[in-house]
Amino acid sequence: MDKKQTVIQVKNVKKYYGDVKALDGIDLRVDKGTIYGLLGPNGAGKTTLVRVLATLIEPDSGEVTVNGVDVKHHPTKIRRMIGLAGQFAAVDDFLTGRETLMMVARLYHVPKKEAKKRTDELLRRLSLSDAADRPAKTYSGGMRRRLDLGASLVGKPEVLFLDEPTTGLDPRTRQELWHLIRELVDEGRTLLLTTQYLEEADALCDYISIIDRGKVVKQGTTNELKSSLGRDVVEVKVEDKNQDETLKIMSSVAKCDTIVDDITKSISVRAAKGADMLVKIVTQLEKAGIKPKDLSVHRPSLDDVFLAVTGNKSTSSSKLNKRGEK
Amino acid sequence: MMKSFRMTLSDIGAIVRRNIMRFRRTPEIIVFSSIQPIMFLLLFNYVFGGAISAATPGAKYINFLLPGIMAQTALFSTLQTPIALIEDLDKGAIDRFRSLPMSRAAVLAGRTFADSMRMTFIVLIMLVFGTILGFRYQAGGGKLMAALGIVLLFGYAFSWLTATLGMFIRNSEAVQTAGFLFVFPLTFASSAFVPVDTMPNWLQVFSRNQPVTQLINSVRSLMLGGPTDQVWIIITWSLVIMAVFIPLAIWKFGKTV
Repeated sequence: MDKKQTVIQVKNVKKYYGDVKALDGIDLRVDKGTIYGLLGPNGAGKTTLVRVLATLIEPDSGEVTVNGVDVKHHPTKIRRMIGLAGQFAAVDDFLTGRETLMMVARLYHVPKKEAKKRTDELLRRLSLSDAADRPAKTYSGGMRRRLDLGASLVGKPEVLFLDEPTTGLDPRTRQELWHLIRELVDEGRTLLLTTQYLEEADALCDYISIIDRGKVVKQGTTNELKSSLGRDVVEVKVEDKNQDETLKIMSSVAKCDTIVDDITKSISVRAAKGADMLVKIVTQLEKAGIKPKDLSVHRPSLDDVFLAVTGNKSTSSSKLNKRGEK
Repeated sequence: MMKSFRMTLSDIGAIVRRNIMRFRRTPEIIVFSSIQPIMFLLLFNYVFGGAISAATPGAKYINFLLPGIMAQTALFSTLQTPIALIEDLDKGAIDRFRSLPMSRAAVLAGRTFADSMRMTFIVLIMLVFGTILGFRYQAGGGKLMAALGIVLLFGYAFSWLTATLGMFIRNSEAVQTAGFLFVFPLTFASSAFVPVDTMPNWLQVFSRNQPVTQLINSVRSLMLGGPTDQVWIIITWSLVIMAVFIPLAIWKFGKTV
């Protein structure tokens, strides 16, 4: 398979709702057989972009093509190539799993016999065979997501859009879904997903765009994004009363911007040699009579990339607090 | 051309089946939307019945009332159409439909067809209850079918109007209130519950010339005997409403997110 074949191409796409710039000039390219991640906080524009790609809304300007077909001019052609699974798990409560898949198959105009075959296959694959004839309102969150994903697969699409496929799921169910998503791509599909979870992007995506306020703020492979920071992260936590002074000390010692995590209040700086920097900071803090609550040095994670590019001033970054205490 | 027409029909069929399943699996919807008009029938018959019968000696109020209740039932039931549509929009079901290579008009057509089946069911229940309360038919089966036919035709046309309203208002609470603004004056300032000539003159002008009065008068004539020349006016009203609101609803549906 030619890895470089472009499947999705987005050029300078804009979509404004009054003053709100939902998409403010997005560019991206997705190669065949890869998973592309759109990472960003709520309201960043991820869902809007997926809706544009899935022909649900038209962009104000810019160009979007899937397999070379223009979304604006040939939406029906696009709809035959794509599958969409939404963040709200658009599954009818009152239909059974089997009925849902059969209905979608019929709407894809799949002949009845073939529709039955695909439905059975998908139910088995998604481990829904036992629940196939129960109304979806009896399903757990994970089962609904799987059924939603199944509905997007009935038409055998080459391109899949998954809008926050695992939001609200417990960790184990999320792992199962990740496994499924990887399988789908291994079979040659191209997949674009949105997520607020950095670890999800890290675990699944070949290529990532970090989006904030309708703009791509950083683009690259997972490794590129991590190594673009390159340096260690030194993190310090102090009592609230010492917060301001510690900030001053750390920025003067490190001679760079400090980043404050909105939730944990931990202060971090970047340094080529994290351990040396930590010692320097601690020495200065001691002089000032400040006793740190917690100290750590670690290699940058995607969390750090995210915080670095979106800035700690944004209210959005609070949604993406660190993965627990060090 | 033939192929795409067949596909559209198949799409409508799939959506109708889905919506019927919703009624079957959520019987509360049908139960309560049947109880409401039964309640109206009983209340009007026993609360207003005495006063009206006293004014027109010898006439049984239920004979006057049932045709009016049938029309009211049909019209009120169209208020459910936009609510169900908005629920589908909010829950993401319509996003899914729109991402599929299916006819977009089928989503609306499937909705109004399924709702008209429910409407038929409830109007039939009204006939049964009306008969129990003492309604006496004075015309043959053919005319009864014709009476049912124009109630349902007009109700179906009206559901495209409420569907359009739903697309424009896009909020189920607001659309219900807005729908009442149409449905209440049309049913109450009509010949449904009291004779039009008891109303003030200015209201009579509106009442005599609005479609619901014409519909109810036609239904009365068909079921109780009398001139049926207004039947054609009702058919015309229905066709005109559909000619305006079907394209408008489909156009607005395409723009609604």
